[in-house]
Amino acid sequence: MGIIVGNDTRLVVQGITGNDGSFHTQRMLEYGTNVVAGVTPGKGGQVFEHDGHSIPIFNTMIEAAEETGANASCVFVPPAFAADAVCEAASAGMDVIVAITEGIPVLDSIKQYQFASRFGSVLIGPNCPGIVTVGECKVGIMPAKIFTPGPVGLISRSGTLTYEVVNALSEAGIGQSTCIGIGGDPMIGTTFLDLLVEFEADPKTECVVVVGEIGGSDEEDAAEFVKEMSKPVVGFISGRTAPQGKRMGHAGAIVSGNKGTADSKVAAFKEAGIKLADITMQIPDLVKSVL
Amino acid sequence: MKIHEYQAREIMSKFGIPTNHGELARTPEEVKAIAEKIGRMVVVKAQVHAGGRGKAGGVKLAKTPDEAFAVAQNILGMEIKGLTVDRVLVADAVDIETEYYLGFTLNREDKSVVLIISAAGGVDIEEVAASTPEKITKVNIDPTVGIQDYEIRQAVYMSGVDTSKARAIASFIDKLYDCFMATDAEMAEINPLVITKQGEVVAIDAKMNFDDNALYRQKEIAELREAGSELDEYEVQAKEEGLTYVHLPGGNVGICGNGAGLVMTTMDVVKRAGGTPNNFLDFGGSATAEGVQKALIAVLRDPDVKGIFINVFGGITRTDLVAQGIVDVYDKLERKVPIVIRLTGTREELAKEILEGSNKPLVFVDSMWAGAQKIVELINAEAAGA
Repeated sequence: MGIIVGNDTRLVVQGITGNDGSFHTQRMLEYGTNVVAGVTPGKGGQVFEHDGHSIPIFNTMIEAAEETGANASCVFVPPAFAADAVCEAASAGMDVIVAITEGIPVLDSIKQYQFASRFGSVLIGPNCPGIVTVGECKVGIMPAKIFTPGPVGLISRSGTLTYEVVNALSEAGIGQSTCIGIGGDPMIGTTFLDLLVEFEADPKTECVVVVGEIGGSDEEDAAEFVKEMSKPVVGFISGRTAPQGKRMGHAGAIVSGNKGTADSKVAAFKEAGIKLADITMQIPDLVKSVL
Repeated sequence: MKIHEYQAREIMSKFGIPTNHGELARTPEEVKAIAEKIGRMVVVKAQVHAGGRGKAGGVKLAKTPDEAFAVAQNILGMEIKGLTVDRVLVADAVDIETEYYLGFTLNREDKSVVLIISAAGGVDIEEVAASTPEKITKVNIDPTVGIQDYEIRQAVYMSGVDTSKARAIASFIDKLYDCFMATDAEMAEINPLVITKQGEVVAIDAKMNFDDNALYRQKEIAELREAGSELDEYEVQAKEEGLTYVHLPGGNVGICGNGAGLVMTTMDVVKRAGGTPNNFLDFGGSATAEGVQKALIAVLRDPDVKGIFINVFGGITRTDLVAQGIVDVYDKLERKVPIVIRLTGTREELAKEILEGSNKPLVFVDSMWAGAQKIVELINAEAAGA
C-alpha cells in the first residue's frame, strides 16, 4: 500500500534518452519500479537497455500508453518543453504525472496544471524530487538507500531536506510508507492538503511528517485539515531566518509583504495540534512519541 | 525581474494601452526642455526599482519649466530605499477626475492568473486590500482558455467604477491581459488608471515584473535587467558565476550546501546555535569539488564572514572527492577562516581522514546540528583569542 504510486504503477519516462532521464531510469529499475516505456520524440523504435531490462522507446505518449498500458509518467524534459510533455501525458490518460524539471516558466506551470486537472491526472511537481512508496515503487530522483519500510508518510517541498529527514527517521529505526517531494515552485500540482487526505485514508500510514517552508499558504491550508485528521502529524518549517522579498533558491520560497512567513506557518501548525520540530533532528523523537 | 515605470509604459503602449505623454531625462536641463515642449504643468517622477516613490519625495508637480528644473535638481541624485535616482520621467500632469486601480498578477492558491480592479486607485493597493478588502474585485482567469468577455464585464460592474466608461475600461483590461501573457509577466499594474476632467481614460503609471524562468523566451525584456537594482555587489558577482546566492549583510557565518530546503534549514539551525547566517548559497543537487570550491570563494568575499559551514546531503556524492577539493582550494583562499563540513554520501570515512589529516582548520562533523554548534564555537574561540 502507500499512496499515489505502488506495485500497480506502470511508468513511462519522458526524456528517457537525456542525461538525467537515463541515469535515473537506471536507478528506478534497480529499485524495482515497473518502467514499461520511454518517450523521446525522434527516438521511437530504439530500446533502453539496463540490467537485463529492455524498455521500448516511443515518439509519442499516446503510442507508449496504447502499446504498454502505462498509467504514470515521470518528466525529465528541459524547462522550455516540459509543460508540453505534461499536457501530452495528461492527454494520453496518465493517472499520475511526476514533473522533475526545474525552471519551468510560471505561466506554463499554470497551464499544465489546469490541463492535467481537466484530464483527471494527479500532477506532482514541477521542480520536485519525486515520490517513493517504500519497497514498491520509486518515481523520480530520490536516493534509494535512505528508505526503510514502515508506517510514516512524509510530504516535503524540498529535495535534499527530504532526504535529510527520511535518513534521520531510518537511522532511528522508523520506516516510511510513502514519501513525496511536492516541489519548490510557486505553481505546483499536488499540495500538502491533497496528500494528507490520501494519507488519512491509507491503511499502512499511521503518522504523517509535513516539512514545509516559507512562501504561499499551502502549509496553512494543510493545518486546517489536520484538525479533522485521526492520524497524528509532525511538522517542521524551514526558512525562519530568510529575509523578506528574496527567493531562497526555490522559486516559491519567498516572503512577499506579510504573506508566506515562517511565523504564520508555525502558528498555523501549532494551532492545529501538529507536533512541531524546531530542528530536523527532533523529528524522529516526535514521531516516536505519537506512534 | 523588475523594470522601471518608463519601460513598463513603453511595453504597455506596444499593446495599445493609452498612457499620458512622458519622456525620460537624466539632467535638470533635459527635464526643463521636456517641460517646455509639453507646455503645461508636468509631473517629475523618480525612476528607481522601489515602491513608495511618492512618500519618499521622488514624485513632484511643476507648474513651469523653471520649477521643473528645480524639482529635478532635488530628485536626481536622491536616495530612495538605498537606490540612487539617476533618471526621471517627465510627464504631462493630466487633470484627474477619478483614480482607479487595474492589474493582473498570479494567484498562487488557485493556480490561475488573477485580474484585480478597484475604484479606490492611486494609493497603495496592498493597504486597500488590508483595510477595506470589499473595495477590491478579483476575477480568476484560466490562461488555458484566455480571458472571457463576461469576466471583463464582471470586473467592471462589480468594482464600482464609472459604468459610463465601461467600454473604455473593458478595453484596458483586455489589452493589459494580452500584455501580461505575451511578456511572461508576474505582475502588470496600472495605478492609477485615471478618468480625466475631459472624460478621457488614461494610464498615468505603469508597473511590471517578469518571470525569471521565462526570460529565455523574452529576449527584449531580459536586456532591461540592471545590475544593482535588486542584487547587491556580492549577489551580482555570484550570479555572474552561476551561483544561487542570497546575501544577508551583517551575519558572521557563511553557509553553503546542496538543495534550497536544506540550505535554508542550515541557516535556521546556525541561528539556533547562536550564529548569524551571512548568506544562503545552494550549489545544486549534486555536490562536486569544483562547485564547492567556487562556493567557498564567493562566500568569503564578505569580510564579515568569520567561519563557514558546508552542509551536503548526497545520496551518491563521492564525499572523498569533495573533501579533497576543499583541502586543495584552502591554501588559495584569500582569507583563512575555520570551515566545518558535514558530508554524507559514499566513502565518508575517507573524506573524514582527508579533512582531518590536512592540518588545516577543517572540521568534519556527522550531523547538521553538530556542525552548527561547532562553527559557532570555533568563531567565538577565534574572536576571544583576537
